[in-house]
Amino acid sequence: MTATKKLNLKQKYQYLTRDMDWEPSYQKKSDIFPQEDFEGIKIVDWDGWEDPFRLTMDAYWKYQAEKEKKLYAIFDAFAQNNGHQNISDGRYVNSLKLFLSGVSPLEYAAFQGYAKVGRQFSGAGARVACQMQAIDELRHSQTQQHAMSHYNKHFNGLHDAPLMHDRVWFLSVPKSFFDDARSAGPFEFLTAISFSFEYVLTNLLFVPFMSGAAYNGDMATVTFGFSAQSDEARHMTLGLEIIKFLLEQHEDNVPIVQKWIDKWFWRGFRLLSLVSMMMDYMLPNKVMSWQEAWEVYYEQSGGALFKDLERYGIRPPKYQDVANAAKEHISHQLWSTFYQYGQATNFHTWIPKKEELDWLAEKYPNSFDKYYRPRFEHWDALQKKGERFYNPTLPQLCQVCQVPVLFTETDDPTAFSHRDTVYKEERYHFCSEACCEIFDNEPEKYIQAWLPVHQIYQGNCGGPDLPSVLSDYYHFNLGEDNLDFSGSPDEKRWNEIKGIKPLDKDDVA
Amino acid sequence: MAVKAISEYTAEPKDKVENFNGMQLLYICWHKHLMFCAPFALLVSPNMTFPELWETQIKPAIAPHPDSAKIAVEKIQWELNGKAFEPNQDTSLLELGIDHKSMLTMATPGLNGLYDAGF
Ligand SMILES: [Fe+2]
Ligand SMILES: [Fe+2]
Ligand SMILES: [Zn+2]
Repeated sequence: MTATKKLNLKQKYQYLTRDMDWEPSYQKKSDIFPQEDFEGIKIVDWDGWEDPFRLTMDAYWKYQAEKEKKLYAIFDAFAQNNGHQNISDGRYVNSLKLFLSGVSPLEYAAFQGYAKVGRQFSGAGARVACQMQAIDELRHSQTQQHAMSHYNKHFNGLHDAPLMHDRVWFLSVPKSFFDDARSAGPFEFLTAISFSFEYVLTNLLFVPFMSGAAYNGDMATVTFGFSAQSDEARHMTLGLEIIKFLLEQHEDNVPIVQKWIDKWFWRGFRLLSLVSMMMDYMLPNKVMSWQEAWEVYYEQSGGALFKDLERYGIRPPKYQDVANAAKEHISHQLWSTFYQYGQATNFHTWIPKKEELDWLAEKYPNSFDKYYRPRFEHWDALQKKGERFYNPTLPQLCQVCQVPVLFTETDDPTAFSHRDTVYKEERYHFCSEACCEIFDNEPEKYIQAWLPVHQIYQGNCGGPDLPSVLSDYYHFNLGEDNLDFSGSPDEKRWNEIKGIKPLDKDDVA
Repeated sequence: MAVKAISEYTAEPKDKVENFNGMQLLYICWHKHLMFCAPFALLVSPNMTFPELWETQIKPAIAPHPDSAKIAVEKIQWELNGKAFEPNQDTSLLELGIDHKSMLTMATPGLNGLYDAGF
């Protein structure tokens, strides 16, 4: 009767979600949404789902298209003006290599995950929210690749990121994180990605990389960051809404959700150890230390969050104290690992310069000079003698997080926090108590883990020797993508751009 | 605990010993020597003897560390999967109880890494 009247946003949203929904008449609801019950989550009333953003498709398209137009204008200008020449230092590009092979494929995995669970809820509000986020994540994956593609013309190691994500030993850390979430039920997926990752931990991924780009003159990546910011704000808000919705629906949901929070906090924390080394070691111009970031974005924000969730009967993640105490150590332990396995990485590694060592000592007064500076000085001395240290063996990996067993005990930074357990007569090894507990809760899931080191030894990654695994299976260009930054073609090219004369005359081709 | 799933959920371990073509995995950790960022994962024959393991696998792995030249082999304190262990000279690893995915740790009293930092 009011066909000509324009709908307001709220009405549009109502039509798009609730009013496009219907009660099935000749099919059982449980057949249409077969994944809704098996996790044990009880939803009493889907109308309790509050959508924080009553976004409709037409508004969404319009808004995103405007952002896209601006974004690509800047990418074009960046390429035309050779923007890569204005970055702080040639070493900076290595954090982009880590991002493109470690993080951008996760955006794509998030797209797949939300597209999948967006089909699984009988509540229309939840379905729409997941579908919107699926499109956002696909866009993030694409725009990140476009933002960084210019660097691929001028630096090594950026040429085959998706393949590397599927195969390279340390990239199984991010890959298996999302595989774990995507193979869980739909409610665990949302708790894992929307809440634990997007809400609790995302600032520790996004801020370091995007501020890192800003501090290091990388306009392309900064601009991507701005363009994704409003999406991320929506994702964070959604994450909090989801958790509150689950907790309000039924008290039986509380222990289930708590267990997921415990698990996914820890999984996320282990994943972020890669970011910790990026912040402290890979950015030539530092934004803040990992420890400072952890204190601001987890200890303070997370502290307030879990205080707020207390009224639902939720407590902070079980292994939070271990993570808090580790803030003085993990970045140094990670960089030591990548430095010594620098023959097997798609990015370069190096010994920090003197000023950088001093910065680390200032930021980490309790740990750096005592435990970590001596090792970098030791390796530096070797390197100056032409004996750059590479570890010729393969490391033991954690069955759950897939990081090498490199982390140390809270009360002893000189002892690995190794744990093991036996399940059905097979022994399994872990980096920590927390990873061991995640395994014990669902052993059948983790006994299937595709652990890169074991796969190499089974002969499933080419070979027989390590260089052929690296070149044929990982698609590394040996001597170009891997090894130390000093002496690399990247360094040479950077020096040419900046007109820096090589120290050694023999370097001049 | 069982995995919650829409149907019965069972799985095969991916790293069963039969997948390693007659070899087996062995992890080695040298206490207080964090120059090696994590325990080593080695591929070994279950039929080799302990001295062979020492000579062909462990010694080369730890060779980059200055402490390795000072080790008195007979004084090493070994643990196998968390229990004190005396390596017997002439029997195979498997007969010694070193089975697939075992972890051997070695402590070398007096040699506790460099720089008073367990490095
Ligand atoms: Fe994203
Ligand atoms: Fe997101
Ligand atoms: Zn782990």
